[in-house]
Amino acid sequence: MTISEVQNNIIEEFSFSDDWMDKYNLLIDIGKDMPVIDPKYKVKDFLIEGCQSKVWLHPVYDGKLISFTADSDAIITRGIVALLIKVLSNRSPEEIIATDLYFIDKIGLRQNLSPTRSNGLLSMVRQMKLYAMAFQASKK
Amino acid sequence: MKNVTDIRADFPILSRKVYGKPLVYFDNGATTQKPQCVLDAVDKVYKEYNGNIHRGVHYLSDMSSEAYEAARENVRSFINAEKREEVIFTSGTTGSINGIAFSYGERYVKAGDEIILSRLEHHANIVPWQMMCERKGAVLRVIPINEKGEIVLDEYYKLLSPRTRLVSVAQASNALGTILPLNEIISAAHSANVPVLIDGAQGIQHGIVDLKEMDCDFYAFSGHKIYGPNGIGVLYGKEKWLAEIPPFQGGGDMVDKVTFEKTTYNELPFKFEAGTMNYPAAVGLASAIDYVLSIGRDYIASLENELLSYANERLSAIKDLTIYGRSEHKIPTFSFHIKDIHQYDTGMILDKMGIAVRTGTHCAQPVMDHYGIDGTVRASLCFYNTKDEIDALADGIEKVKTMLV
Repeated sequence: MTISEVQNNIIEEFSFSDDWMDKYNLLIDIGKDMPVIDPKYKVKDFLIEGCQSKVWLHPVYDGKLISFTADSDAIITRGIVALLIKVLSNRSPEEIIATDLYFIDKIGLRQNLSPTRSNGLLSMVRQMKLYAMAFQASKK
Repeated sequence: MKNVTDIRADFPILSRKVYGKPLVYFDNGATTQKPQCVLDAVDKVYKEYNGNIHRGVHYLSDMSSEAYEAARENVRSFINAEKREEVIFTSGTTGSINGIAFSYGERYVKAGDEIILSRLEHHANIVPWQMMCERKGAVLRVIPINEKGEIVLDEYYKLLSPRTRLVSVAQASNALGTILPLNEIISAAHSANVPVLIDGAQGIQHGIVDLKEMDCDFYAFSGHKIYGPNGIGVLYGKEKWLAEIPPFQGGGDMVDKVTFEKTTYNELPFKFEAGTMNYPAAVGLASAIDYVLSIGRDYIASLENELLSYANERLSAIKDLTIYGRSEHKIPTFSFHIKDIHQYDTGMILDKMGIAVRTGTHCAQPVMDHYGIDGTVRASLCFYNTKDEIDALADGIEKVKTMLV
């Protein structure tokens, strides 16, 4: 699946209800289903600190694709982290750098990525792109 | 006495819905909503007599200047300060404390001197003193708190010493709601010839502030936390101090004579009001004060006490919910945590039910450190809130628990 297809699937998945509680319940479930990060990566080096909730993000680059594992101490943040991983994990650095994450807006979670929200998510997206740029540079 | 339905009708925003649910506004500690009369007062300045104050010879400037000085008199009378010269307009509590930390520090603080704060302080009453201490080589001394979130007076008395230059404490804690024992704090400091600043940001809206009785040396508060506009605040200082300390900002209007060799300063209070002041907001603040007086400060306090005990009862009954700050003397502010649930998740879900709370450390990280937690959910109430809204919060918390545990 292309990145756009994954994003469109998520938008489709969230369109089942207009009720915020339903959407959050789905987000909570998605967060619970996310593959766990190896506890040894839940350390300061991989911590993206937000004022409100913490996010840990660990990248692995096999020379072609970058895969991410992550976690958060807040469950809703964890759900959004899981969505970001669905979209951006196992992609080439070029794809990750070029991706426009439109699904966040479409499923009504844009406020979670605003700079004033301080939940670590905006920094997480930045960090994913920074890792991609660093891996891309290391390849050359 | 106005009933709460009529009071709520004075605040246009309180009837709105968010996400299709009636708004339950429990973030009054961060900022309060504005009654229609305040909105009208600010609107009227811009529509009818906007002109820069103290400068023009023209009609509009005169009218604005008059309204601004009338607002000053209104504040003076409200806080019962002795003289209008002692009432300085600022941008808010943060601006007031930064100003005093700078000016007082310049005049009176030397290397090795000490400033006493409490562990309950908002960052706005910590960082400006830290900055000044770094500049001057002075040291902060911190009054500890007990498990209930009250300051330990005996420890405070021990901290007072010949090196103490100033004591600066909150009237009430923004994070826990604790009301501090100001009489004891101020009289002990004065016995040691030490002046006291009171950060009234969380105090002035919850009862009667009478500065002649309180006898503090400096008092700071924000307009937007007492139903007035944002961007206006007050710094009160006893004239004997304000006359002695230098200005914290230079610019227009605060001067007497300016040459490149030397500038002499204007008289009080203008010495501390450099540049164009936010006179429309000052007029709005005066209107907010009139509004509070029309409702009645005693009545406001009694409404809030009822809310305080009802919320305490409802929240205390919720299983696995811990309230931080259990002092008997409190403003209606509740900081709490639900077992195994991140405060951010609680806040996000409550938000979608139309309930506005604050989550995080509330700009009071040392308080969170005291309890070994990384944040709380804070519901801060005021007189226009209702028992129904408290019920909505309690039900909302139960719903959060079913969703997240």
